[in-house]
Amino acid sequence: MIELRNIHKAFGKKEILRGMNLSVPKGESMVIIGGSGSGKSVTLKCILGLIAQDKGEIFIEGKNAQDATDRDAFLARFGMLFQGGALFDSMSVWQNVAFRLLRGTEKKTPLEAREIAIEKLRRVGLSPDVADQYPAELSGGMQKRVGLARAIAADPEIIFFDEPTTGLDPIMAGVINTLIREIVVEMGATAIAITHDMTSVRAISDKVAMLYDGEIKWTGAVGDMDTADDPYLQQFITGAPDGPITTA
Amino acid sequence: MIAALATLGQSTLGLLAAIGRVCLFAFSVVTHMLRPPFYIREFSQALLNIGFFSLPVVGLTALFTGGALALQIYAGGARFNAEAVVPSIVSIGMVRELGPVLSGLMVAGRVSASIAAELASMKVTEQIDALVTLSSNPLKYLAVPRVLAATLTLPILVAVGDSIGIFGGYLVGVNSLDFNAAGYLKNTVTFLELWDVTSGLIKGAVFGFILSIMGCYHGMNSGRGAQGVGRATINAVVSSSILILAANYLLTSLFFTS
Repeated sequence: MIELRNIHKAFGKKEILRGMNLSVPKGESMVIIGGSGSGKSVTLKCILGLIAQDKGEIFIEGKNAQDATDRDAFLARFGMLFQGGALFDSMSVWQNVAFRLLRGTEKKTPLEAREIAIEKLRRVGLSPDVADQYPAELSGGMQKRVGLARAIAADPEIIFFDEPTTGLDPIMAGVINTLIREIVVEMGATAIAITHDMTSVRAISDKVAMLYDGEIKWTGAVGDMDTADDPYLQQFITGAPDGPITTA
Repeated sequence: MIAALATLGQSTLGLLAAIGRVCLFAFSVVTHMLRPPFYIREFSQALLNIGFFSLPVVGLTALFTGGALALQIYAGGARFNAEAVVPSIVSIGMVRELGPVLSGLMVAGRVSASIAAELASMKVTEQIDALVTLSSNPLKYLAVPRVLAATLTLPILVAVGDSIGIFGGYLVGVNSLDFNAAGYLKNTVTFLELWDVTSGLIKGAVFGFILSIMGCYHGMNSGRGAQGVGRATINAVVSSSILILAANYLLTSLFFTS
């Protein structure tokens, strides 16, 4: 289980998170929705320790994330698909996918790591021919798939997806959504995705949390989303210009 | 008046804070150098990029500078009938000052800028965050190999630059200034001391450390977007060039004033 308690984060005078609380039970797929700049990415980065929250606590399986002395072991539990893929330009596709497998305490031989990378590439629908290409040679959709393969390469317990369908055409977005759903179910992983793509939300989530003004305004099952009477959620789903959510 | 003082104070505090951040960054890089894991492949790549590929720019700079130095010393020396000092002054000038400083500045322009641009692009595209999530420390994986490679290869580049610069002076001396080839070489070697060469190589190592630290620091702390990458590159080149010149003065004072 991932639990965020009273998380506050400000950049200068701008408060992004103002006492955010969220629980994601083990094996559940949670999608955090919210407008641009609402703090969705900041939330993921706080959980991973990429940025430190100003106040509040984050618990992973009941243990405070800040008390993790072995940082590598802590991070080894996570896989993350970044918004732009964040693939390393200087490495071939298989080296990107096998990055973690080629380093660290559970280091594999290059041959073993390459085999696992090719298997993970197959899992995300890419042929082994892609393995020796470089990220710059791939389309946006293929880069997302490689990013997904890298996120699952070391079979993590927890997977984060940062805007997984941004910049993709609707068909490729659908393919990525289906892959994410299948992989999360198959691995039994706990997943948190952040997006403002409502098609994506319906395709990949068990539960949805609506983030606005630095707080979770509504949380519930994806099936209850359309009938919920929360004005923030309803405005976000319908995209209505008038409502409690103001645009700067 | 108070507003002006407040602005001055704020700028001073900002500058001191920036110096503190750079010092802490440099200290972290040095401590990471001593602790495993060591990324041999990345270090070898950095050696090649920083050392080997900088040879042409350092060599050409040294060649033309050595030649110009010979002409200048000959013209200046002629005013008091001291043309004969050309070989010794060229060699001492190259190995003590011009070799290390010019190599440092040329490599700062080439390498510091390239490191800053590369790391800033990685930051903007979240590749540095990705490294962290893949259990790799960006300082250890990105900065340590580059800083170590620059610190180790700069003295070699300086040595090569010194030799080519002296050779440039020799070519001009023998072909344009009518020096006897054997006499020119004899004078070059006779008046050159080991410490002249060693001090230049030490300067090279310090300059290599400075330029790579500044490249890594500005790259890893860049702002967002293309503008952030551009600014990081400019800051890396400007700060490393200024620090190289300042460090050169300090080291020269330390080495050659009793």
